[in-house]
Amino acid sequence: MQRLQHILGIEGLTTEQITFILDQAKPFQEFQRYPLKKLATLRGKTVAIAFFESSTRTRISFTTAASRLGADTMNLQAESSSLKKGESLIDTVRTLEAMRPDGIVIRHAASGAPEFVAERLAIPVFNAGDGTHEHPTQGLLDALTIRDKKGSLEGWNITIIGDILHSRVARSNIHLLTKFGSRITLCGPAMWVPRELESLAPNVRRVLRIEDALTGADVVIVLRVQTERLHEPSIAAEEYILQYQLTPERLRLAKPDTIVLHPGPMIRGLEIDPAVADGPQSCVLEQVTNGLAVRMALLYHLIGGAPADAPHPAKERSNATD
Amino acid sequence: MLLIKNGRVLDPASKTDAALDVLLDGDKIANAGANLSAPDAEIFDAKGLVVAPGFIDLHCHLREPGQEMSETIETGTRAAARGGFTAVCCMPNTQPVNDNASVTRGIIERAAAASVRVWPIGAASLGSKGEALAEIAAMKQAGIVAVSDDGKPIASARLMRQVMDYCNPLGLPVIDHCEDPSLFAGGVMREGPISTRLGLKGIPAQSESICVGRDVEVALLTGARLHIAHMSSAKSLEYVRAAKRAGLRVSCEVTPHHFTLTDEDVRYDTRYKMNPPLASRADRDALIEGLADGSIDAIATDHAPHHAASKDVEFDRAPFGITGFETALALGLSELVHTKRLSLMRLVELFTTGPAGVLGVERKIASGQPGDLTIFSIEREWTFRSSESASKSRNTPFDDRAFRGAPVATIVAGRFAYRP
Repeated sequence: MQRLQHILGIEGLTTEQITFILDQAKPFQEFQRYPLKKLATLRGKTVAIAFFESSTRTRISFTTAASRLGADTMNLQAESSSLKKGESLIDTVRTLEAMRPDGIVIRHAASGAPEFVAERLAIPVFNAGDGTHEHPTQGLLDALTIRDKKGSLEGWNITIIGDILHSRVARSNIHLLTKFGSRITLCGPAMWVPRELESLAPNVRRVLRIEDALTGADVVIVLRVQTERLHEPSIAAEEYILQYQLTPERLRLAKPDTIVLHPGPMIRGLEIDPAVADGPQSCVLEQVTNGLAVRMALLYHLIGGAPADAPHPAKERSNATD
Repeated sequence: MLLIKNGRVLDPASKTDAALDVLLDGDKIANAGANLSAPDAEIFDAKGLVVAPGFIDLHCHLREPGQEMSETIETGTRAAARGGFTAVCCMPNTQPVNDNASVTRGIIERAAAASVRVWPIGAASLGSKGEALAEIAAMKQAGIVAVSDDGKPIASARLMRQVMDYCNPLGLPVIDHCEDPSLFAGGVMREGPISTRLGLKGIPAQSESICVGRDVEVALLTGARLHIAHMSSAKSLEYVRAAKRAGLRVSCEVTPHHFTLTDEDVRYDTRYKMNPPLASRADRDALIEGLADGSIDAIATDHAPHHAASKDVEFDRAPFGITGFETALALGLSELVHTKRLSLMRLVELFTTGPAGVLGVERKIASGQPGDLTIFSIEREWTFRSSESASKSRNTPFDDRAFRGAPVATIVAGRFAYRP
């Protein structure tokens, strides 16, 4: 299997690579339940966490993942960065690189920014979300959640609801799940679901009525309505709720054993009815835990430099403590 | 005196395609004919080469005054000469904007020592802000050849009408960079499957064609000379064709990158970021058809140098534009002539009589004409290296591209501006 140098997007990964990452994440899922959540695997390593766009959960997730592997982190946030002083992205990351981190996690509002950095730095780059391009770790944690709940990633009807055009999460989900032969139905207001999305991958269709989109769904992924998209003509929240909110009634159109995912942050009462968000089919909290597991697996694999057949650190740890 | 011997003279104005010699005396063409001799003349052997009237570029950015980090009149015209151009029209979006006679005069004075002729284009509106008319008549006296707010569309149809009305009796063509700002809306590449996949904000083709349609309507209202800059879509071309059929004085140009590349070539590489953006394959093919059938009047480079630091950024943040002088002819030969989409004569027309017609000037190889000649090889194989460019900037997607066909020598006013 081709060893991963960076994690820039799902589109360029093979099913073999994705399966490997998800398998590597399994022991880290268990590990999150241990009373002492600290490994020495990446002791002495440093992970730069550079967020050029505001984020809470992804930043905390990556920072925690690094810390639980024993790595140190150096944090850069847009608010406190020299970007405001006019420094270019490349100068900022080269400055970070000069402090000799062993990997860099980047979130950036410009699509392609992590690739831009990866071409210019010698260390592994982890894309923590770039513009409206990809959010590969979210795609992987969603896949891990689906695989756990449904037993596999193959052959499911997966419905994604919301502002697909501007969603990097949707793109990573579409690339990943279609690679395994699942079918994707995209649903939302027409201007947020342009026809071109159907060309992203095979077996992607757009369906504008939510009732049609939910019928027969095995998995429903609800996206956040991004109210901060100021430059786009928006629609009234009431309109969105009327047409696209995932309500218990609408969810009944899906298969009885359907599961509901949401990448967060979730706005209850807007894109999702609280009864669904807290209902038995909701997997939102598993997603958060799985996010830690996937990010630990990636940091371990790319920074730890472990060969594919090395003993797994989380398993070793479990042997030691049990 | 300079005698160009043994060349294949291609002169679209007289439909000449023959083995002829051309004699230059002082800054003029003295004679063109078979087996000329002039005992005192310097001889240039053009055996195996094409000798054409001097190429004109209707659209470039020389960045002087104000952005000399990216280009100067000296470096820009040196690159133009290497590309076979003998005259270049520089857009007014300098700092300050060329919207008054003193800036125009400054450019012309600086251009006295340039490698090729520099024909400035004046701004249509003051500061190219789209509000009040620039000092167009004064600039005309100082030497502008056309007006344009290039880089910015003239958003108001009313102002466009005023500009056209005002320029009409002055004999100045109005060149418009067509774009509907509300559809453009901060986009960075052509809207379509590729922009959707890359997550880059798309600009629909209609951002351009809506404005072309409007301009054609205003040209109908005013009867003025309208020229559409760097046209990139099939739909825009339809509007121009309809206007020409209706007898309007409407013309248009296409850049080498728009007839060569498509949005499928775009990557997270800012050398593929230009405005208008690279179009779909269908649009590109329609443009080539328009170049062949005569609906498109000129090939113009839109040479837009940007210094490395400004392009070495995220795609969203990079300025639009690529350099173009040194690759234009080679792209025309490689992509249009050798692929049999255009005849060689038609390609030469698009660089000579075509743009000359837009400006209302003559361009031919005949006694008494200005001594401007472009000499090139149809077959010479070479590879363009941006590191060896005469331009100050390196922002081109054609770096390391192999070509068949190359500029060989450029003569401006009877002297070599570029020679082997």
